[in-house]
This record gives sequence, C-alpha cells and structure tokens, in this order.
Amino acid sequence: MSTASLDMLKLLSGVGGILVLASSIGYVLKQRLSPDGTNGAIENLNARIKAWWAMVILIAIAFVAGRVGVLLLFAFCSFAALREFITLINTRRADHWAIAAAFFVVLPINYFLLWAEEYGIYSIFVPVYAFLLMPIIAVMRGDTRDFLLRISEVQWALMICVFCASHVPALLTLQIPGYEGRNVLLIAFLVIVVQSSDVLQYVWGKLFGKTKIAPTLSPSKTVEGFVGGVASATLIGASLWWITPFTPVQAALMSLIITLMGFFGGLVMSAIKRDRGVKDWGHLIEGHGGLIDRLDSVVFSAPIFFHLTRYWWSLT
Amino acid sequence: MIRDLTAKLASIAIMMFARALTAARAIWHETGLPPKQSVYFANHSSHGDFVLVWAVLPPWLRERARPVAGAEYWLKSKLSAFIGRDVFDAVLIERDPEARTQDPVEQMTTVLNDGSSLILFPEGTRNQTEARLLPFKSGLYHLACKRPDVALVPVWINNLNRVMPKGEFVPIPLICTVTFGEPMRLKAQETKEEFIARAEAALLALSPTSTEDNA
Repeated sequence: MSTASLDMLKLLSGVGGILVLASSIGYVLKQRLSPDGTNGAIENLNARIKAWWAMVILIAIAFVAGRVGVLLLFAFCSFAALREFITLINTRRADHWAIAAAFFVVLPINYFLLWAEEYGIYSIFVPVYAFLLMPIIAVMRGDTRDFLLRISEVQWALMICVFCASHVPALLTLQIPGYEGRNVLLIAFLVIVVQSSDVLQYVWGKLFGKTKIAPTLSPSKTVEGFVGGVASATLIGASLWWITPFTPVQAALMSLIITLMGFFGGLVMSAIKRDRGVKDWGHLIEGHGGLIDRLDSVVFSAPIFFHLTRYWWSLT
Repeated sequence: MIRDLTAKLASIAIMMFARALTAARAIWHETGLPPKQSVYFANHSSHGDFVLVWAVLPPWLRERARPVAGAEYWLKSKLSAFIGRDVFDAVLIERDPEARTQDPVEQMTTVLNDGSSLILFPEGTRNQTEARLLPFKSGLYHLACKRPDVALVPVWINNLNRVMPKGEFVPIPLICTVTFGEPMRLKAQETKEEFIARAEAALLALSPTSTEDNA
C-alpha cells in the first residue's frame, strides 16, 4: 500500500470515528430531549449528521475511483449547483440557448480540460472564453430587456458553480516535488478544514454566541462562533500538516486563509439568497438545504487555496 | 408482450430523464397525500407537465393515474401514439366539439368508474401567455357532477415552462416543484360558474408568486 492510500485510510478512519461519535451523541440527545421528534434543533442536527455520512461515503468512493472519479463527482456537483443557481436568477426566453450552452458545453469542457491537464486553457476558459461567448449567444435573440443583468447573472453562476468549484479537483493537477501521488490528500485537507470550520462555527455559536456579526445577512452567525470556529478549524488544519506538503505553521496559515474565505463566501452567498427571497438554495440534501448551501464556503476558498499552493509549491 | 415491455422501459427512462433534469419534488398539502382515487387538475404550460406530476406521485398512486390528453396531438405520429397510449396509458379525448365522435366527459367518467385516477389540464391548452392561468373549460365541472364522490386535487407545476419553452428543442436543467393542494369536491347547489371560480382560485393559490415575492 502506498503512503498516500495509507494516510487516506488513517484520515477516513479518523473522520469515520468522529461521525460515529456524532451519531451516538445525536442518538442520545434524541432519546433524552426529543423522543417524539418534535425538537427542531435536535432533528436538524441528526439530519445533518446523516447527510454527513452520505457526503463522506461519496467522497471516499470518488477517492477510491481515482482521478476520474473525483472529476466526475465534482462535475456532478457543478451541474447540481448550477441548476440551483440558474433556477433562482432572472432569465428570459431569449437566454435559453446561452443557458443550455452553460450546462451542456461550458461545464463539460471545463472538466474535460482538467482531465486533459490543460491548465493554461482551463484557467481562462470560463473567465475569458465563456465570458465573451455567452453574451454573444444571448444577444443573437435580440431581446434587450434587462440584458446586462441577465448576462451578468449567467456568468456569475458559471464562475461560482463551475469555475470556482472545479478548483477542488484542480488540486490534482499540481506537481509538488516530494508530494507525488498524494495530491488527493490536498482535497481532503481543504474539505476537512472548510467543513469543520462550518460545523465548529455553528457549535461555538450555539454554545457561546451572543454578538451578531452580520445581522442583515445571516442572523445566526455570531462573533463568538466566528472566532471560535476559525481558531479551532485552524488548529485542526495545523494538526493535519502530515497529509500536506506544508509545515505545521504553513498548514495553520493555509487553514486560516481557507476558513476566512469560507466564512466570507458564506456571507456573500447568503446575501444572494436574501436578495432572491429564499432561505435555502434547494432541497437536495436533507437537513442541509441545497448543494450550494453546503458548498458555498468550499467554492470561495478552493481557488485561493489552489493558487497559493500552486504559486509557492507547485512546478506547473 | 414486447410492446408492453418497451412501454414499461420507456416510461422508466422518461421518468428518470425528467427527474435528472428537474430534480422534481412534490410539496404535499398539510392534510397529507391525496386520496387513492383523485382527479388531479393542474396548470398547463409544457408538454412535460403530466410526466412531472406522474414522476412525483408515489408508486401506488402513480400506477392508477392516467393523463387526459388531446387525441389530435398524440395520434399525429406512430411514435407519439405509442408514447401517449402505451407508455402513459393516456385517456385521449377529441377536443374539437364539431368533429368529435365521443363525449370527453363520458370517456373520463368511464375511466373513473374503472377505479383509475385522472391527470387533467382544465385550461384545455398550453398556456403561452403572460397570465398565470387561462380560464378553465367546463369539463372539470361536468366530471364533478358525474362523480361528486371523487376528490379533485389542485396541482401547481412550477418552472417547467422555463425548462423547455415552446419552440425550443433543447431542455435546460432547472429545479421544478409540484405542489398539491387540499382535495375539493362539488358543493350541493353550487353553480357551474361558482365551482369553476373556486377551482381556479384553489389552483392559483398554490403558485409560488402568490405565496412569496420571488417572481
């Protein structure tokens, strides 16, 4: 067994152990506080833990399936996220072809370029080619009403759901000396740090939260939750330095940046939800709302994490 | 035999395709699932409407639900006739009152008497206008007079018209919801106009634009 799969196994058993613990706590809480299923907070907690299991199992399967498995998993996530996003934006009949192109041309090409490891064109495909070609497709239909708004929203949807989200599997294309064959652990590092930051902010907020940090955007987020969550997730990230090419201090700094980007990404996405008058992006995952509700912080941190790692550690 | 099998496979394929594209989700009324035998009456803006209603119904309700559709449209080609008749087991009615040989209300009543449910689009045709709902045809009322015991369930299909607007042939993936309202019945002494107005209002009340600002 290679060291990469050995580390992955250790990591998965660790995550599995934490989930077993979480499920047991959830079960005990349910027995004691909500035996008839009426305590909303407990039911929500258990639904979240269940969804966690599903996510971890899915990611584990993708990792076992290798590069193609990871790419397919994230291509599907992009598809589902884009569908949630486009459902909520202003579209008119005249956007039909542009939107069809976003789903059936731009998304597959973006992931194909990652598969082909064509980093040069991949990194500008959505920001340059799609940016210029999508409004051309839309303008052909001659409908000028809300034109700038419509083309901007479709481009934004592509940037968030396809381009930024695909920077998670893009970590596989980096070539870091001494880290060959272990890139999949970078994905695990990113996902674990972001998701534990989300969960810990929630937990710290529930336990000690008093001061609202962004009352107009996200009334449940508190200063105490933010500080506690970011600090503890940074510590978790630092303690995972052995699966990364980083030293413990570097891993802590990376984790800090990841958690901060994740936090602010969550605020941005919540502002969009408020603007559109919805509470969740969708209903894909029980207890978690839509896919974007879980991915928002990953989406914002992935490109920055990718580029920092690429700039300082990668040969390509 | 082979025809039946093909029809069964085709119906599963069409349903899976509809689900993959729209992530269709049913929103049931707080009183729970509709009764076993119901007349589902829905807004109509796309050819895929009844597929979506069909796809979100649980299997024991779905297997007895038969869509009501225009004969002249579905019998146009061999393929569409196969899909209409064999795959979806549609009740094909002749919409043109001048040319028809069978009374649609009679046809629908016969199907109800056999114990099946119906999926009905009382607007009569696909709504291509800016209005949320076209005025209902009177068929729903006449059906309610014949079988006042069968529950009439309003069903609002949201977003499917954006998935595939008229004249487009590539569908785009968007999330659709199918909202089921409270079952209603014809009241004693209720006139045709009163009943139709009540049915229209019950259906409109389920459209998202009437419950939230997210137009």
